[in-house]
Amino acid sequence: MTTSVDDVTTQAAVSAIVAAHRGQRGPLLPIVHAIQAEWGHVPQEVVPLLAQELNLSRADVHGVISFYDDFRREPAGRTTVRICRGEACQAVGAGALVTCARDRTGLSPGETRADGSVTVDQVFCLGNCALGPAVEVNGEMLGRMDTDRLRSILDEAVAS
Amino acid sequence: MTPSPNSPNSPNSPNSPVTVYVPRDSAARSVGADAVAETIRTAAAELGRPVDVVRNGSRGMLWLEPLVEVVTPEGRVGYGPVAPSDVAGLLDAGFLDGADHPLRLGVVDELPWISQQLRVTFARIGITDPLSPEDYERHGGLVGLRRALETPPADVVAEVTESGLRGRGGAGFPAGIKWKTVLDCADELKFVCCNADEGDSGTFADRMVMEGDPFMLIEGMTIAAHAVGAREGYFYIRSEYPDAVATMRAAIEIARENNWLGDRILGSDLSFDLHVRVGAGAYICGEETSMLESLESKRGLVRAKPPIPAIQGLFGKPTVVNNVLTLATVPVILANGAKAYQELGVERSRGTQVFQLGGNIARGGIVETPFGVTLRQLIEEYGGGTRSGRPVRTVQVGGPLGAYLPTSMLDLPMDYEAFAAAGAMLGHGGVVVFDDTVDMAAQARFAMEFCAAESCGKCTPCRIGSVRGVEVIDRIVADEEREENLALLEDLCDLMTDGSLCAMGGLTPMPVRSAIEHFPDDFLAREGTA
Repeated sequence: MTTSVDDVTTQAAVSAIVAAHRGQRGPLLPIVHAIQAEWGHVPQEVVPLLAQELNLSRADVHGVISFYDDFRREPAGRTTVRICRGEACQAVGAGALVTCARDRTGLSPGETRADGSVTVDQVFCLGNCALGPAVEVNGEMLGRMDTDRLRSILDEAVAS
Repeated sequence: MTPSPNSPNSPNSPNSPVTVYVPRDSAARSVGADAVAETIRTAAAELGRPVDVVRNGSRGMLWLEPLVEVVTPEGRVGYGPVAPSDVAGLLDAGFLDGADHPLRLGVVDELPWISQQLRVTFARIGITDPLSPEDYERHGGLVGLRRALETPPADVVAEVTESGLRGRGGAGFPAGIKWKTVLDCADELKFVCCNADEGDSGTFADRMVMEGDPFMLIEGMTIAAHAVGAREGYFYIRSEYPDAVATMRAAIEIARENNWLGDRILGSDLSFDLHVRVGAGAYICGEETSMLESLESKRGLVRAKPPIPAIQGLFGKPTVVNNVLTLATVPVILANGAKAYQELGVERSRGTQVFQLGGNIARGGIVETPFGVTLRQLIEEYGGGTRSGRPVRTVQVGGPLGAYLPTSMLDLPMDYEAFAAAGAMLGHGGVVVFDDTVDMAAQARFAMEFCAAESCGKCTPCRIGSVRGVEVIDRIVADEEREENLALLEDLCDLMTDGSLCAMGGLTPMPVRSAIEHFPDDFLAREGTA
């Protein structure tokens, strides 16, 4: 994951992504997804570039990016743990998992450790409501999570 | 029971491979299905026993996942839940011949949990390989589309109307009436959109359709396109469902290769293509007008209605917006006729509903049955009570905006009107069970907190009301001017119900009020806080 990119590289990469999506109706959202896939977050410097490429105002582009929770302004940690806090997972102990993550890492949902090791986040439903509580670790969904197992996942992530 | 004549191989001759099914559904994967599939492949190879591992959808008996099935002369014999460490013992016991083992469940089709259901929309899910077009056609796929393509559009719309099919997303609006509005629009450009932004906690049927029978959904979309005169369609799938996104994209490619999509579909005059768009973590985009804004790559702000999307929808053009389960049910209605579907169900809730049992439940999963089944039957007979073994205290039906019901209301029949009359809603058929450790004031507070987090912000009752709701509930529980604050909360709920632009702010009071009404003691001051 590249966290700092020089202007020329950014510009070329953004132009290539825009070109790949230009034929679609309403291409901005797929383009921002592609940018996040490329850099792991949506760097602030792409806003004016996208505005120019798509003939939108910078406010429009910023407005779309900031509306959606998926789009990060800053890179995530090397391990991202997303805890499902939907009602079905609450009914089987999601709250204890949030507490466990806070105790082990000092992080509340949405925060990243200063050393860049771990991001803890919350999500409202992963669609695994019969096998909760559900947690997603680096994109992989894990069912029937418990605090012991989560603690060992976090131990490993903090040490990495 | 005899083995299906369509089995990919004839079982039990020592040299022909044994077909073993291990689900690819993401719920099954979340408890180790991938590792189980790999271990079976490797261990069987070491024994020199050829196996053909097929990754099917899930049968919906999720507490048994990973549920492994072996094709035998008796039928498909199930073993579950299987851990990778069980595989060696299963092979020793002879599970590839259907032999006995502590994890053996019997012939899956004959298990009461499945055989008592009436699987109409979920008929193929768990049985077929979701991405095999041959499997799809062998199990009744495309019959509905072929019939639709020989039928004038207006007659297809009439058939859907007569079936009594209502929108499964939660609102329950008759699908055929929506389609007729779009058909009657003269515009050249029209769209069909599938709302696959299944964000309600406790619902996972849409996900299982997309992962387990994607061609059915493509077929339903194509029938809708023919019926209303659209040439272009979109899936809006939430980003929390990466497996569903990947499966739908793969299925669309396969459908194009088979001329199930594209120009002159199956030799007819219909040309239609489909595209997948991925959401970005906004619950509100499950609201249809917000979804349309998001499909247009804008902020997911709710639109005022009218104009209704059927007349001015995506990019201002006439648009069918239906939920996954609605569109997935269209092919079977066209295949078997409106009458067959209409005969199922009760009152004005016709056909079957796909109920989803989740939360603190012993046997969670998919129960498809005609409308009219009671909550008690679902929770006790199918669900087996709580997973924790403690008594059930409350059940939330219909997602985060649905009511919390006490156990005294478990005999309520599952139908749209009966639920509405009881101050609840059926929604998307999600049933979330809580045991007696639940704190209902905390659940009411969460409903407001969730609304505050997920409100699109366009209207004040929802954007501000939800924040005030959290504060007022905190004061009530802290015993600060309790009576005044309860009255204030009541007033706030009225305002949000009547004044919000959409169901997000409009229905958030439902879980809050039901919690106060049925569990008032939970709102008394806490020890140490009073």
